[in-house]
Order: sequence, then C-alpha cells, then structure tokens
Amino acid sequence: MGEVIIVGGGLGALRTAESLRGAGHSGPITVVGDEPCLPYNRPPLSKDALLTGIDMSALEFRRRPSVEDITWKLGHRAIASDLSTGTVTLDDGTSLEADGLVVASGIRPRRLPLSGPEEGRFVLRTAADAEQIRSRLTPGARVLVMGAGFIGCELAATARRLGCEVAIVALDDEPMIRPLGPEVGAAMRRRHERQGVHFHLGLTVDSFQGDERVRSVRLSDGSELAADLVIEAVGSVPNVEWLEGNGLDLSDGVLVDSSMRAAHDRMPVVAVGDVARYPLALFGPTPRRIEHWNMPTETGRRAGHTLAALLAGQEPDRTPFTAMPAFWSDQYDHTLQSFGMPGLATTIEITDGSLEEPCVIEYHDDAGLVGVVGIDRTKDVLGYRARLAERSAS
Amino acid sequence: MVRIIVDAEKCQGYGQCCFEAPEIFTLGDPPVTHPAEVDEALRDDAERAADACPLQAITVE
Repeated sequence: MGEVIIVGGGLGALRTAESLRGAGHSGPITVVGDEPCLPYNRPPLSKDALLTGIDMSALEFRRRPSVEDITWKLGHRAIASDLSTGTVTLDDGTSLEADGLVVASGIRPRRLPLSGPEEGRFVLRTAADAEQIRSRLTPGARVLVMGAGFIGCELAATARRLGCEVAIVALDDEPMIRPLGPEVGAAMRRRHERQGVHFHLGLTVDSFQGDERVRSVRLSDGSELAADLVIEAVGSVPNVEWLEGNGLDLSDGVLVDSSMRAAHDRMPVVAVGDVARYPLALFGPTPRRIEHWNMPTETGRRAGHTLAALLAGQEPDRTPFTAMPAFWSDQYDHTLQSFGMPGLATTIEITDGSLEEPCVIEYHDDAGLVGVVGIDRTKDVLGYRARLAERSAS
Repeated sequence: MVRIIVDAEKCQGYGQCCFEAPEIFTLGDPPVTHPAEVDEALRDDAERAADACPLQAITVE
C-alpha cells in the first residue's frame, strides 16, 4: 500500500491523515511533529486560553478512530529531505523512508533582526509560546505589540482585559489593513482605542533598549517607548528549508496544483495548510498561501485523496479547488467574521449598519463580490457565502 | 444511530456546520439546531461538520 510520512504535527497533518484513511489508504502513516503534543487548536492561544489558562486537553483536536494506528513521532523536526530516494532526515540524525510525502510543516513567526537584548521578546505560535506570554501579562505590565495583524490585535485585546498597558507599533496605516482595507481597519482601531490601546502606526521598531532584558524600544521616528515585554507579531515564514535541493518551487511556501500535488516526478508529494500555495478557483489562477484556520482542513481533505490515488497508481482528482476561505476573530466583545478574499477588493460597500456599530461590509473587485466582512453580525454574513461560491461559475 | 452534541457554551453561531452538513444542522435559535441522533449514513457529514467548527463545539458519537 505504501508508507506515508507527514512532516508537521498540526491540524493539516491530522486532517490529511484522516483523509488518507477515508480514501482507502491502509498503509503505515508516520507524523513528524516538532511540538511535544498532538494536534491542537491554535486560535484560542491569543484569546480565551491566554485569559483563562492553557488546558491542552481542551485544545487538543478530536481524532477520528481511523487514525488510531498512525505513528506520532513528536518533538522531532525534519531538517533535510531527498525526494529521489524518499528520505526525510530528522534533527536527531535519524532518517525515515516513505513512498509518499505530506508537507504540513506550517509556518513560524517572523522575527526581525534587531539589535539589543533578547530577553523580554516573545512570539506567539505554539502553546509553549502562549504559556510564556501568559505568565507575564500581569495587571499594569507594559506590553508592546509589534504588528497590527489579527494576532497582534487579538493579543492587544486580551492583554487589556488582563489589565496590562498596551501599545501597538506597526508600519501599516491601520490595523488588519491587508485583509480588511483602510476604512474597516480604522473602525477596528477606534474600537481598540476606546479600550485604551495606544497605536503607533506608520512606524517600525529600530532597536531594543536595555541591558539584560528589554526595557524599551526605539521607534523609527526616534521616540522611545517603555516596555516590560515585547510581542513580535509581524507575520510568518513558511517552514520549507528541509525541502531545499529537490527542485520544488519554494518561493513562498510549497507550490502545488489544485489537487495539492507538488511538481515532483520521483515520489508523490502533497502540501497542505499554511505552508502550501495553491490556486483557489473562485479567485483566479494565481496560487495563494492562505493562513486562515479553515484551510488546513480543506487542503488536507483534498491532499489525502490525491495521495491515496497516487499511491494506488490512479489519477488524482484535478478538478478546480473551490474551498471558501473564511476567518473569525474575537477582540473584546466584538466578533469579526469573513468569507472570501476581502483583501483582493478594489471597493467596499457598507450594506447594513455603520462602521461604528454592528455592520456588514461587501468587498468588490472587477468580477463582483469578492469577500464579505461582518462586525458583530455573524448571522447576516452567512448568506453571502453562497453568493461568493457562485463566482466559480462566472 | 449517530449522536450529535453541540456545546452551547462554545457555539458562536458561525454556521460552518450548516454548510458542511445542511441535512443535520440548521441556523436558528439557539444559533444552531440539530436532531439529537441521525442515521449512520450521515456520520461522515456529521464528522465533517465537527471538523469545520472553529470553536470545536460539536461532538459526534
């Protein structure tokens, strides 16, 4: 039946394994995960789990009985691979061999190469990261968040709830500007400001100040901000280094086709989740890497079927990949929900409510509706999903 | 039969389950309504809905 190695131990790995089994692959599956734990849900790490405590048993994903027999090699990282021989080398020097490979190695937080002390600097990706941050979010602590994306904004909201003083430093003109656009980003900024968050936008951090640990940061306008801890939430880097030397396109994650297959003629290779870059039929031929929570599940389902077919000597399903990107974000008592790709829009229209109140925002490009965002209007946004799915027909 | 349990404390009414398994889950009040048990033939639909829930609020037994 063939052996499968899945590199990466998160949601995409689990869903691909389940999909492989669902598609009839009964051969051995080994998952190599660099964290010490089974796949768990990350979104709460910047929100509820940071507020109330990190309980891994509550965060761990339910696993289908069909994957009870797979091998979890946890606490190990792949450092190299040779796809011509089907070999993956781990950080302890051992090697694994397989007939099929699943790239589910995900992303890591980007860290800026800035001078100054290392202590007092944090990132948020894993439960261990969250545990470190949580112990320092004490009332009155001065928290400086670098970056104004979803994770930065969610962290800021949670830190305020825990009684911290919070400043956000970001080069963008408004928070969450790429997915939401400037108007909606500004509306979210005002919600944060009403909760006492201080924004320093259009600026970068030039250096960290302090002897043993960070005491303050110097900004690009020369000003200095005091900080007890700094959280860097300035984007991510795909974990692809271990795949170098195999002729794959690794320019932004792993390039795959609509069946999640990477171009390699020696062994079947598929990629899933945050590390994969794939064409999304509803939004044109451009391959995209999308870090939304629902995509590891969507790509994992497709990739599992593709790999099972390839290992069985059959042609994979090459029909367009029509998954619908979706995101959710909780900040204070506000809930953002989105379908589609609002970041691709050229115009927006507030169809219901106003930006200072619960509202629904339509995002349009040349082809019509390209995305929708609701602020505190969850139910009203749902109807747009079907409308967005119709883009495929156009 | 397949038992379906939705944790009302966790559910935020994001409605992903209703797209994955419209034969089981319906938007309503509470945000999502569903039968307590469904036929074995719908197990895969129920599992897909549970997978898709951002709050991981659905249990399938």
